Amino acid sequence: MLGSQRMRQITERLLAYSAAQQTEVVLLSEDAYLTRFANSRIHQNVAEQNTQIRVRAVTGKKVGVASTNDLSDAALQGVAENALQIASLQPDNPDFQSLPAPQPVPKVDAFVQATASFTPQQRAQAVATVCKLATERGLIASGAFTSATTEYAVANSHGIFAYAPQTLSELTAVVMSSDSSGYASSSSLDVREINAEQIGREAVDKAVRSRNPKAIEPGKYAVILEEYAVATLMTYLSYLGLGALSVQEGRSFMANRFGQRITGENISIWDDGLDTTGLPVPFDFEGVPKQRVELITEGVAKAVVYDSYTANKEGKQSTGHALPAPNTYGPMPSNLFLGAGASTKEEMLASMDRGLWVTRFHYVNPVHPLKTILTGMTRDGTFWIEKGEIQMPTKNLRFTQNVLEALSSARMITEQTRLSRGFFGGIRVPALCIGHFAFTGATEF
Amino acid sequence: MKDLADRALNAAQLQGASYADARIIRRKTQSIVVKNGHVEALAQDDDQGFGVRVVVNGAWGFASSSVLTLGEATQVATRAADIARASSLVKTHDVSLGSPEVHVARYETPFEVDPFSVPLEDKIALLLAADAEMRRVKGIAITESNMEFVQVEEVFASTEGSLIEQKLVESGSGIEATAVSEGEVQTRAFPNSFGRQQGKAGYEFVRDSKLEENGQRIADEAVSLLTAPQCPSGITTLILDSTQLALQVHESCGHPIELDRVMGEEASFAGTSFLTQDKLGSFRYGSPIVNIYADATIPGALGTFGYDDEGVPAQRTAIIKNGVFSGYLTSRETASQLGARSNGTMRADGWNRIPLIRMTNINLEPGTWEFDDLIADTDDGIYMAVNKSWSIDDKRLNFQFGTQLAYEIKKGKLGAMLRNATYTGITPEFWASCDAICSDRHWRIWGLPNCGKGEPAQAAHVAHGAAPARFRNVRVGIA
Repeated sequence: MLGSQRMRQITERLLAYSAAQQTEVVLLSEDAYLTRFANSRIHQNVAEQNTQIRVRAVTGKKVGVASTNDLSDAALQGVAENALQIASLQPDNPDFQSLPAPQPVPKVDAFVQATASFTPQQRAQAVATVCKLATERGLIASGAFTSATTEYAVANSHGIFAYAPQTLSELTAVVMSSDSSGYASSSSLDVREINAEQIGREAVDKAVRSRNPKAIEPGKYAVILEEYAVATLMTYLSYLGLGALSVQEGRSFMANRFGQRITGENISIWDDGLDTTGLPVPFDFEGVPKQRVELITEGVAKAVVYDSYTANKEGKQSTGHALPAPNTYGPMPSNLFLGAGASTKEEMLASMDRGLWVTRFHYVNPVHPLKTILTGMTRDGTFWIEKGEIQMPTKNLRFTQNVLEALSSARMITEQTRLSRGFFGGIRVPALCIGHFAFTGATEF
Repeated sequence: MKDLADRALNAAQLQGASYADARIIRRKTQSIVVKNGHVEALAQDDDQGFGVRVVVNGAWGFASSSVLTLGEATQVATRAADIARASSLVKTHDVSLGSPEVHVARYETPFEVDPFSVPLEDKIALLLAADAEMRRVKGIAITESNMEFVQVEEVFASTEGSLIEQKLVESGSGIEATAVSEGEVQTRAFPNSFGRQQGKAGYEFVRDSKLEENGQRIADEAVSLLTAPQCPSGITTLILDSTQLALQVHESCGHPIELDRVMGEEASFAGTSFLTQDKLGSFRYGSPIVNIYADATIPGALGTFGYDDEGVPAQRTAIIKNGVFSGYLTSRETASQLGARSNGTMRADGWNRIPLIRMTNINLEPGTWEFDDLIADTDDGIYMAVNKSWSIDDKRLNFQFGTQLAYEIKKGKLGAMLRNATYTGITPEFWASCDAICSDRHWRIWGLPNCGKGEPAQAAHVAHGAAPARFRNVRVGIA
């Protein structure tokens, strides 16, 4: 780890080297490990130490960005000069106002020493636990165990300096037989919360129960979507339309619908960069503190997240959701939550007359972003439900579904939620029981 | 850089490595984005570091660092060996790489104009001109045009005695126009979606790309799509343009032939493959006119290089011959399990990633048809062009694609424009329904700079050659 003091020194040196009218320095330092297993053995096992430095230079309304991962003085001087030279060579961007001014940044405790010092041997022991559970049932295990420390620092010539370390641990497992598979995953800031035995048992149980799957006809069915599947849908919803630029450009499902009901009343979605039950970082890549933003409240479209560029366009304050410059896609939620309900998955199952149980989705992509229509496949444990009981495992199906419509028919929501990684940061969601979900195709397994 | 590699390999051997390789990489990337008439992003990224891959106790370990010093080389090699020892706690067999690969060589991408020597002002001017053409069209809400240039200098060294230096250069550009109306958004891109068309080439690749000449056309198409009729649902004849067919090859041929997927090594993330080893040499993949090959030696193509990241020379390999599956993409380790030698497809996304089996240039051989004759020969169907959405299951069987542009085909003629066109199918059934492929006059290689695979995530730069082709009895218009 570089630590706050060393990162501050680097940013101060860079700011001193820069001759630009305004300068921003972003440091991202990673100490990351990942142990990957397949066919019940560790086949890939990697480590990475890297520090990226990104300099944004502003002269008038011209903006240039340069980056390096060389911490030598010559390289720091060079990257500051490059950024300014790049800025000076381009025409004015009239939409650019200014880099943000300093604001107090709250402290968030997202660093766990146990995660930072987790060893390859400890990861191997956890993997061995999963593989043993699979082998005992004649199954094959695969998956990955991540343990990583990331340090973020942002400084600018207006006086911003913000620093935050964050740890991440995650174990995923896919357990397979010749005709079935099961999935389980757990993510946390604290590696001591990763229970390899529990993950292994969950994936093994799914693989055993999904043997000998039967084909069912595509069609509209009620579904129970486990948290893994819900997290994927929320990740895409966030990507497609919960940032201000997508609204300003008219490509968001939120555009012109603020104050209107867009999902069921039981759906509330918010972003909270300070919530340690997610993967919090207290400031964004401009050093602006993250605000809690109520995105959809009791089904009503409320707000989207802003960076300084999109906020300036509307005369608003940034909510602290900038991505690293240069960024033409706009700000994004980074610690997303879908509100919990009061049900259990068992109660959802008992309540369902006919429908499907979906563990997770695979290879999801937007078909019509404005209408929030996504397509993708089910994977690793799909079951047919009749009269409140799981009747049989099914072969996998393709869905093509409007997500907002699905959220409008959410009948039950679990009290328990689960943390996953989204495109940017964390996402914590419950499982959902949904009235209508469109399956438009089927595959052979 | 060679000193650092030597130090890392020596340290690895002292730590008990039976095999080690080191890759030292410096990568420079310049990217420019013009959006709505302004330069929205302009960046130069310099990245350097090295990675050491070792086999200790018959198991793999890998460590990497951005600090290029001899002391760090020793530490990183030691860390890789420690990680390998941990891997050996959960192993079923010892790693075997087959016969040694020993090459001492240098390879450079051939190009006419070094893209980093061209003034930024010239590049910006080209993009602003294309952007202005798109913005002339009433109803266009967002315009975006971009360029990207990459230079990678790499040293590969192994304990078997290889020492390979490569300098790879890429250039790419593209434009995109988006029209927005109440409840509808339509985007058209040129020359391809995924941001741009990219090749292993110099600035000439961008200079000749005709962005400005096509700006107004694609903007007109985007606006027209807002009010075009919805693509109908049903079973029909489908003709795909070469860009969409390139992605079809990528998803339904390129990924399933990766032998690491076939052997289950990507099971937990990207998935496995329907193309099990018993199918090699006998499985009917497509109709007899379907011939596909992998070729990492094609000048200018994005998936071209001199040596892969295991130090194996770039090669051409038959994948599908006359419709029959005939070859995988392999690594040294996977090939040795088939009793074969690697066909040189292991590539890593930088110094901090291990090499994985990646597509190179996976190409559908051209047929004999002229495009106009193919349309004239089609009584009823839909022509679809330029990808918009894509999805395929984890064994690469059930796929669904959407395209930006589509036209109905009626009585041998292209008719009305259609919006939101989609089609779906099962891989071998789809390729079996291919009854016509256009000639080499219509064949083009498309660079795809965003092929995702692996954990931690890696993006590979690959390419696919294709000419328009016809498929019968395809399900379209999935609502």
